Amino acid sequence: MTSQNDAVVSIRNITKMFADVTAVDNVSLDIERNEFFALLGPSGCGKTTLLRMLAGLERPSSGEIVIDGENMAATPPNKRPVNMVFQSYAVFPHMSVEQNVAYGLKVGGTPAAEIGPRVTEALEMVRLGPLRRRMPDQLSGGQRQRVALARALVKRPKVLLLDEPLSALDAKLREQMQLELTRLQETVGITFVIVTHDQDEALSMASRIAVMDRGRVCQIASPQELYERPASRFVADFIGKVNLIDGEVIGLAGNAVLCQAEGLGEMALPAEVPVSGRIAVAVRPEKLKLSAVEPTGPGLIKSKGTVRDVAYYGDTSNVFVETPAARELSVNVQNERRSPTVYRRGDAVWVSWSPEDTLILTE
Amino acid sequence: MATEATHGLPPARRLSLQRLVTAAEQGPLDYGSRLWLKVLIGLVFVALYAPILALIAFSFNDSKRNVVWQGFTTKYYLVAWENQALIEAMVNSLTIALMCTLFATVIGGAAALLLWRFRFPFKSAYEGFMALPIVIPEICMGVALLVFFARMGRFMSGFESGPIAWWNSLFTVWPLNLASIAIAHIAFAFPFVAVVVRARMAGFNRELDEASRDLGASEWQTFRHVILPYMQPGLIAGALLAFTLSLDDFVITFFTSGPETVTFPVKVYSLVRRGVSPDINAASTVLIVITLVATVLAMRLQRSERN
Repeated sequence: MTSQNDAVVSIRNITKMFADVTAVDNVSLDIERNEFFALLGPSGCGKTTLLRMLAGLERPSSGEIVIDGENMAATPPNKRPVNMVFQSYAVFPHMSVEQNVAYGLKVGGTPAAEIGPRVTEALEMVRLGPLRRRMPDQLSGGQRQRVALARALVKRPKVLLLDEPLSALDAKLREQMQLELTRLQETVGITFVIVTHDQDEALSMASRIAVMDRGRVCQIASPQELYERPASRFVADFIGKVNLIDGEVIGLAGNAVLCQAEGLGEMALPAEVPVSGRIAVAVRPEKLKLSAVEPTGPGLIKSKGTVRDVAYYGDTSNVFVETPAARELSVNVQNERRSPTVYRRGDAVWVSWSPEDTLILTE
Repeated sequence: MATEATHGLPPARRLSLQRLVTAAEQGPLDYGSRLWLKVLIGLVFVALYAPILALIAFSFNDSKRNVVWQGFTTKYYLVAWENQALIEAMVNSLTIALMCTLFATVIGGAAALLLWRFRFPFKSAYEGFMALPIVIPEICMGVALLVFFARMGRFMSGFESGPIAWWNSLFTVWPLNLASIAIAHIAFAFPFVAVVVRARMAGFNRELDEASRDLGASEWQTFRHVILPYMQPGLIAGALLAFTLSLDDFVITFFTSGPETVTFPVKVYSLVRRGVSPDINAASTVLIVITLVATVLAMRLQRSERN
């Protein structure tokens, strides 16, 4: 999928050990020019370490990093064509907004006549023009982050690295910044690499996502592919919510495989690749339908059940249904009307879903 | 507010409730509104500043023996000014204090930076030993330094010609003849600077350092433009500390000064043995003013740097 020429960053067999802990374990991946790439994973999965190695703030134990065609092994952070937005923003507290943004140009030896216009341009880009004379302690968290962004963008890096850029912002502002970052990336045409533990953030912003776990890359794919076709239980579970049901392949039925799913009985599922043995059946809560009477439809997978709990979120509700074999399924119901069907604990319901919406996970 | 809330109540009850409400309205930090606290604060200030104010006041006392107030005069400032020995001691003290401030700040700042920035074997042991001069009784420091300088002096004076003899001769000339006192002062003052600067650096966000390098700054540029400005308040506070510590040190100076090199505190001590005369008060007042001005200047400097 990625051709060697398009990759602005090539990571080859990178391993990073801290004493006897392996933070990053033999990771290889390519990041294409002008893409919005996300490193996603739970805390401690090595995503930040990987980012810091791109910035040169951490030395890989083995492997190589090529940025824009140049091997970065011997290149210190101040000579790399990348810039970073730090988690704490790291805005210099003793410099004004303007001085912060000009800093990288000044120490880099950019001619003084060029610095002014470029600083103005960068500040306009993040809409901080009117605040240019303020000191950082007179700024809000969101504004400080814009300073950090402008300060990095003014250097016109080949790659912009963002370390959990939105984690310190409140929910509303975070949503707004997500949109703004995507737009900014489109405008400036710089490759963005973002590290995040927030799947919503990665799904909504990135064009491609690498999911990491315990130092390894589990899957690299587009947001849709990651959500609809996760490669493993870990990815399916980490991205969004999922009903994971242990099962076993017991036979073939034409194009489909016959599975014995724990607590749900036999089901025929389409399989793209031949599978056998122990598997997991995965289905997203929003793919499940609830009904009071037994649903009819060709090939529908269905089960009787009892409502155990209802979690109300406003736009949606999560209904937990227990099947006769004590298997709990989570069903996501859209509250499309003001007075939707209300499910109460103890209600007898039918749960059903289409085999096409079901995934067979072998890992 | 309190009266509104207690409107419909019988007078006696209203009064007690009102007292309760006022007591509750006084926050724990409203110490200014309690009489006994006011008195206590007043007493503390009197204990702190009355001796100093008395010293200043009696520098204007028109009396040789300076025990009872006789009348206002400024003539003892002139007397002090004309007292060659006193002025010389004052100049010595200020020179030593300046040398001490300069070197102690540089050494202390560097030590703090080293301890903050790097990891090396026996680091915590080094940190502990460095702080020793702060806790060692001054008298021990004084004796130790006396023995050290005496040994050094005997060794160095063994050379009667050649470069070392020339080197020795340098230290008989002012201000280098103050070197032994200055070195002693630097030795006990720099740990104070180091401790203050180290405390300041503990609050430094290391991502600032990384951000600077990420933005293209070299190690030196990062130090100059990011780390040093952050250290600055600590350095100024440390320098002020070193200056005052050096200026008013008596014990260590007493052990390390020769007959030719007398500092102001040592000189004052030798003078008061013959009774305190107003010219000593006058000279002390001048010293207080110098220290105050230096402090205010340093604070001003710090504030203007920030804006």
